[in-house]
Amino acid sequence: MSVQAAPPLKQGQKTARRKNRAALYELAVPLLATACLFLLWEGACRIFKIPGYLVPSPVDIWKETTAIGPTVAGHTLATFKTVMLGFVVSILISLPLAVILTASPAIAAAVYPFLVWTQSIPKVALAPILVVLLGTNELPRIVITVLVAFFPLVISIATGLLSVPPELIELSRACRASKLSELLRIRLPYAIPFIFAGLKVAISLAVVGAVVAEFVNADAGLGFLIQTSTAFFKVPVAFGALIILSIMGVVLFQIVVIAERVFFPWSSSNTTPGA
Amino acid sequence: MISLNRVTRIFNSRDGDQVTALQDVSLEIGTNEFITLVGPSGCGKSTLLRIVAGLILPTAGRASIGGETITEPRAETGIVFQAPTLLPWASVLDNVLFPLRMMHRVDSTSTDKAMALLKLVGLKGFEGKSPRELSGGMQQRVAICRALVHDPDILLMDEPFGALDALTREEMTMELLRIWSERPKTVLFVTHSITEAVVLADRVVVMSPRPGRIQEVIDIGLPRPRSFETEATPEFHEASQRIRQLIFGTRHVGPGRAAA
Repeated sequence: MSVQAAPPLKQGQKTARRKNRAALYELAVPLLATACLFLLWEGACRIFKIPGYLVPSPVDIWKETTAIGPTVAGHTLATFKTVMLGFVVSILISLPLAVILTASPAIAAAVYPFLVWTQSIPKVALAPILVVLLGTNELPRIVITVLVAFFPLVISIATGLLSVPPELIELSRACRASKLSELLRIRLPYAIPFIFAGLKVAISLAVVGAVVAEFVNADAGLGFLIQTSTAFFKVPVAFGALIILSIMGVVLFQIVVIAERVFFPWSSSNTTPGA
Repeated sequence: MISLNRVTRIFNSRDGDQVTALQDVSLEIGTNEFITLVGPSGCGKSTLLRIVAGLILPTAGRASIGGETITEPRAETGIVFQAPTLLPWASVLDNVLFPLRMMHRVDSTSTDKAMALLKLVGLKGFEGKSPRELSGGMQQRVAICRALVHDPDILLMDEPFGALDALTREEMTMELLRIWSERPKTVLFVTHSITEAVVLADRVVVMSPRPGRIQEVIDIGLPRPRSFETEATPEFHEASQRIRQLIFGTRHVGPGRAAA
């Protein structure tokens, strides 16, 4: 008995160890690589005596940015707010839009050119016009963010809604189910992996969109901070804002990834137990 | 029970041509009869199945169940497809209950019914598993349970074992006969396999392609219950050989004498 019981235990330990190692690779290696990059950067700045107003060293960036810590935090919060509002509005627009686009070929033919048109307009050019149109408040910033972020989301949700095996739609029809329950019970759950693929792109683009909007019209935000600090040759602060922006992008992206793993563990992009 | 009277179905292909999938198909199917449809690709077997399911309508002729013309899908019909097409996010039990949910017919007895079906197909204890934890054969068993959960009187099967490996396929064939003997239904079973067609059926409907029509209906007088031994009997070989002749006609199979 004891001999038979032994191997599974070992197996369990082995998989646990393998999991630990995977976690190590996933977390520690990227962190280590980033640390090495910053060390190289610092070293290069010191050895080649690069002037701080061109490329500041990481230590200088840290010093100057933390010196105005509360101000930077305020700007970060302002950008975060624009990103999140833009992201949420993008979802609220994209989901019904994708449903309508996939439900009726006529509507799709009518709406699709407009969608492509919104994507072909350079957002930087549109931003000042929107400020005139909507006023110097949060609204034009959110509109710009949404315009940058929503398109890939619509496309991936629509693709997901159409990815359902035709047999399941036949089964739904054979059950005499309504179009609504077909949508809620079959099409939308099937689209989940596609929706999350779209959300990952959208959250990254929302950060881009928010900064573009802040460049044109803002009195706060990291985009605004970069513009004002470069105008006054406070290059280290601009670099600090840039680093905070990239961290914000990575963290928000990872939150989407984790949300998918937690709430939809069956979703195809995840590693699966037993398969 | 099912009556097809000169059923014709024409599809409009994308380049504007008309394709006749079925032409003048007439067939009477009795209650609890097991009918298999066999024939080469493009002979309209699946189209015929979908007409009986009410998923597509005939262009001409009349298809009826119990005297009523089929104009839309009917609640008392169960369907099994070639692919199990289970919902990947739902447990085995929820997959079986899925048609009842779609029909808003879930009640206090539903779970018991689903569990009894899972036991019938030998999947007791798997109700909480996710479909991806099951093998292809097990997934198809779940799909069969899903088709039976609302206790239909007609079961339509579109090459249900076509995607399975040869060994699992033979096992499932016998399994289906056992299920059918415990829960008698009128079964319409589409297949590419002559062996499968003969061993399952009361009558084999042999179809020919372009346009799809019934070539011959062959009575299979083999005694039931049938088993693997059935396939060793002379009657079995005779029926199989007859179907082969019908399908391949005077075409000779062999090197150097390819079919024209």
